[in-house]
Amino acid sequence: MKNEKIKFRDRVKDISAGLGDSLKESSLWGSIFRPGSPFRKGYSDSPRNRSYVVMNNVLYHLHPVKVKRHAVRLSYTLCLGGLSFFTFIVLTITGIWLMFYFRPTEMAYVDIQSLQTSIAFGSLVRNMHRWAAHIMVIVVFLHMSRVFYHGAYKAPREFNWVIGVILLLLTLLLSFTGYLLPWDQLAIWAVTVGGNMASYTPVIGAQVKFALFAGLEATEATLLRFYVLHVLFLPFIIVIFMAIHFWRVRKDGGISGPL
Amino acid sequence: MVDIPEHLLIKTAEARAKALGISVEQALAEMKGEAEPTTISKEPEVIDVKPIEVKEAPAPAAAVKADIPAEVDFAPETRVTQRLLTVVKAKPIQKPTSEPVDKVNTWPHLMLPEFISLMAMTAFLIFISAILQAPLLEEANPNITPNPAKAPWYFLGLQELLSYWDPQIAGVMIPLIIGVAAFMAIPYIDRNKDNKPSKRKYAIMLWTFFLAGAGTLSLIGILFRGPGWNWTYPWIDGVWFDDLLDWVHFE
Repeated sequence: MKNEKIKFRDRVKDISAGLGDSLKESSLWGSIFRPGSPFRKGYSDSPRNRSYVVMNNVLYHLHPVKVKRHAVRLSYTLCLGGLSFFTFIVLTITGIWLMFYFRPTEMAYVDIQSLQTSIAFGSLVRNMHRWAAHIMVIVVFLHMSRVFYHGAYKAPREFNWVIGVILLLLTLLLSFTGYLLPWDQLAIWAVTVGGNMASYTPVIGAQVKFALFAGLEATEATLLRFYVLHVLFLPFIIVIFMAIHFWRVRKDGGISGPL
Repeated sequence: MVDIPEHLLIKTAEARAKALGISVEQALAEMKGEAEPTTISKEPEVIDVKPIEVKEAPAPAAAVKADIPAEVDFAPETRVTQRLLTVVKAKPIQKPTSEPVDKVNTWPHLMLPEFISLMAMTAFLIFISAILQAPLLEEANPNITPNPAKAPWYFLGLQELLSYWDPQIAGVMIPLIIGVAAFMAIPYIDRNKDNKPSKRKYAIMLWTFFLAGAGTLSLIGILFRGPGWNWTYPWIDGVWFDDLLDWVHFE
């Protein structure tokens, strides 16, 4: 056990050891990597540098410099929150790529067909986008269950749970609006069934369905509406709520527990 | 000389008078240099320190001892005088307000597992995307209704409920009231502060029932419902679930 720890430390000591010294000594290299970066020349594994790695990096400093010991055990969180975020990143990247080849018009179906048959990696990227969307719904739901079973919604984290429920709803809406975009029989009828459920809303049912479908039934106007919601409006909203969610995790004293 | 404010002088004189057992006026006069300062003839407390007894050196050391001049007194009979200044009570000056937390550095202890898990997720995603083709049926046609027409899989539990209950209840009231309002209200309803599983059996039971119910309904909707939303067996009649078009081949 003790021996393994030393090995682990050695491994993170200098992750850029294989690079040439002349490259690492250049002023260009030094200007890119801020002090404390493991890629910088002369990085040594010290508590101070371990703090700098997190603090001096715009992406990493989403994390605090130190976390509770029990929180880094994979069996506690199963990394579900992180993986929810990560699938969202994958969906954003593959989604932007797919937007180059897709028109939300009567050409939508033809575009998907040509994406699968005549565009390099088109089929793979489309598959990744679709399966990652399903995985995101599952992972977000599992994350919610994990949080419930740990009682992690209790004070002072009550409101972050509420934001989490909003994030789950936004995830479902993102998935649902994306469902229509291939414009095949599966898409249009699944969305029709979903829209019909919404039309049972008391009092304003007809109006809700009309607003959702941009008409009385799923047409190309619905396709455009769902497209704008899917690629712009809902991602915009979900990113705002994710920012609040992550910020609250830290402000509420980090991850809950230990049990 | 610095002019000391009168009220401070009086305050100091009072303290001095109290300490020496003299009148305040006297103390004030002493401080201004108008009277001879009172001295206390209190003998300092004397602590006897016993001289350390030095045992006779054993025989082998005698040779070494021979080099040292005999006059050197190893244990001088001295009387050490010490004064007791103060007694420090054995309690901390600062009172900790929160329990110390066992913490580790985020880099590498959290970021490395995170990096590994997202790499594993990427590998898994590329793998299933390479072997499983996302479904693409015929072009959308509002005039041809498939039978059955199924919602996306995460709504199939609700669609299953729709076949039992009034659509206003199953399609709107349950998702809105249970799915949204009740979920959001959970932390405000559950006022039990304990997060040990053994202390919150009721909450855990409720959530597990919810999972089991939602899972069962969804599975029925996904696998056991065919044309006309009639009950079918996937191993006899096949599966009507186009999301898994290239995935499941029961027929």
